Amino acid sequence: MAELFRRYGTTLTLAMAAATFVWVVMMVVLPYFVMVEYSFHRNLTVSELGGPKDVYTLENYASLFRGTDLSAFEFSDDFRVFMRTIWGSAAVTLVCLLVCYPVAYYLAKIAPPERAAFLLVLLVIPFWINEILRTFAWFILLAYNGPLNVLLKAVGIIDAPVRWLSGSGGVIIGMTYAFLLFMMFPLYNAIETLDRNQVEAARDLGASTWKVHWRVVIPHAKPGVAVGCIMVFVLAASSYIVPYLLGSPGTRWFTQTIYEWFFEASDWPRGSAYAFILLGLCVAFIMVMMKLFKVGLTDIAK
Amino acid sequence: MGESVELDRLTMRFGAFTAVDSVSLTIEAGEFFSFLGPSGCGKTTILRCISGFTEPSEGRVLIGGRDMRGIGPNKRPTALIFQNLALFPLMSVAENIAFGLEVRGASREERRRRAEQLLDLIALPDSADKRIAELSGGQKQRVAIARALAVEPQVMLLDEPLSALDLKLRQHMRAELRAIQKRTGVTFIYITHDQGEAFTMSDRVAVMSKGRIEQIGVPADIYDRPQSEFVATFVGENNRFEGPLVDKSDGLGVVETSAGRYAGKLANDRLNVGETVALYVRPERLALGAGADNALAARVTHADFEGAFANVFLKGGDGRPIILHLANDGRLPDLAEGSELTVGFAAHQAIIVPRGERARD
Ligand SMILES: Nc1ncnc2c1ncn2[C@@H]1O[C@H](COP(=O)(O)OP(=O)(O)OP(=O)(O)O)[C@@H](O)[C@H]1O
Ligand SMILES: [Mg+2]
Repeated sequence: MAELFRRYGTTLTLAMAAATFVWVVMMVVLPYFVMVEYSFHRNLTVSELGGPKDVYTLENYASLFRGTDLSAFEFSDDFRVFMRTIWGSAAVTLVCLLVCYPVAYYLAKIAPPERAAFLLVLLVIPFWINEILRTFAWFILLAYNGPLNVLLKAVGIIDAPVRWLSGSGGVIIGMTYAFLLFMMFPLYNAIETLDRNQVEAARDLGASTWKVHWRVVIPHAKPGVAVGCIMVFVLAASSYIVPYLLGSPGTRWFTQTIYEWFFEASDWPRGSAYAFILLGLCVAFIMVMMKLFKVGLTDIAK
Repeated sequence: MGESVELDRLTMRFGAFTAVDSVSLTIEAGEFFSFLGPSGCGKTTILRCISGFTEPSEGRVLIGGRDMRGIGPNKRPTALIFQNLALFPLMSVAENIAFGLEVRGASREERRRRAEQLLDLIALPDSADKRIAELSGGQKQRVAIARALAVEPQVMLLDEPLSALDLKLRQHMRAELRAIQKRTGVTFIYITHDQGEAFTMSDRVAVMSKGRIEQIGVPADIYDRPQSEFVATFVGENNRFEGPLVDKSDGLGVVETSAGRYAGKLANDRLNVGETVALYVRPERLALGAGADNALAARVTHADFEGAFANVFLKGGDGRPIILHLANDGRLPDLAEGSELTVGFAAHQAIIVPRGERARD
């Protein structure tokens, strides 16, 4: 700040600070405040406004759990979707991690630098294509009479076409693909910085490949793992397009529930409350990961 | 106890470039053996072939008589100490030392006991639970040695492990390494481009240049009886004269140089009269006054008086620079610039080698 004052003078600096402040307040803080405000209101008709029912309440938040009796294993529809979103996102995160780790390790430590750079570019190119198009491509690929089934049948691996898009399979495949790079790059960056001699030292001391990874590479890559998991989980949990295109009626995502409350039921307060529950879930996941991997906010910002 | 290591026509190519060129030698069990050579001459490559990180393009590595082909680094009875040590920064000192035992499935108590034992050996007690970052350079060095010793290797491979330390510590660690080697009886193969290091610690030294072995011998041999111009110039300082060999008898030869005729020992018998050769005489072998066999007149260009001795830089009659190390016996002559001196040396103080490539410094 002092640096700015010195460089641009008082007036200009204050003007810039003011502009930044207004931008942040108008574009970032204010909309959230409005949403927070909404989420504690009841969804009232115009005539009820200002009436006795127009008070602040936690009902919208509680409604997610209404009709849910954990002891009897009974869940409300919304709560079931919420739970599915959690485990689905966790599954996507895990699959991404399992797929990306060997690739990132190969790119960072085994491939010669030019080939690694080339492969990284190849990985990135598909992501220049719009997310909807990419997801739609998967929709076509995985369709009942789509190329994948035709191919598998021709090769003789399956006898009858598989319904990839019923159940959560399609959603998980689609999301894994959509968010792969958000796992790949943090992992790659983290593994990249590992001194190759560390790996060789471990090997020289008798460690098997598995031990080398478990004791040396993974501990070193921990911040990258944490960052990748956080990104993928949060993106998966808040994804709308992928479940919309690749999901089946039985596999709705919580984002779809939120959308419906907002725009189909026109119940904005409830939609807002659900949106904040989703936000809470993401924040909780981030905090758990940070605790688990003992990484700080600064590591994640990188 | 240590094992012998035999290199049999070991060759390593990277593309068209030959980093190690048909190296054959045998290192005895329990020996402290050094590879000495300038940067890029292939020392690390040889070590990596012995430790198993690279498979040689040609030739074999035998440890204890056993061909090591196809045996990975984790299965060889060797332990490598890396140029940058490569300690595990996320583990404690004790965990580092016991890592080799951990991956072999030793129990926690066993690991702890062994780590403490080794910490005693390297004179670092009470450091078991420290983090690596808390250690000084010399302490890290010792932990790396202990970590390698923990797996009870038969052959220790050390890749310039002292290069990161300051001079004093380096000298101290030399003695320590030698002592540890003596105590454990493990075969040590040591890489360095520092001749002082190689000479003070080693039983034998191999001098390398461009992927080839120039000479193998005990340190005194290497210093006093270089077999090539490369060894004569790479190891220590030397004064060089060149000319045709005009006479030879009884292992001595006479060289007709532009400064005069000088006699010296012949490096080998294969040198023929008439062949152009190089004669080398070390600065400390030159004495004031005409020597028994050879004398040359020179003029002082510059002198560094160090106290116990003086380094005198001279210019010979033919303009060649000559270096002279004089011990200060209390009767140093006038070393002012321009003073005339006569220096001499006996024939057995000088060595005549075939003409060849010199080390550049
Ligand atoms: N993986 C590799 N690919 C290509 N060339 C290599 C490779 N490893 C080593 N070289 C080359 O082989 C030569 C010998 O390398 P090496 O590392 O053995 O030298 P060194 O004697 O240990 O040198 P220094 O004292 O600098 O460590 C060098 O010219 C180096 O560039
Ligand atoms: Mg080297």
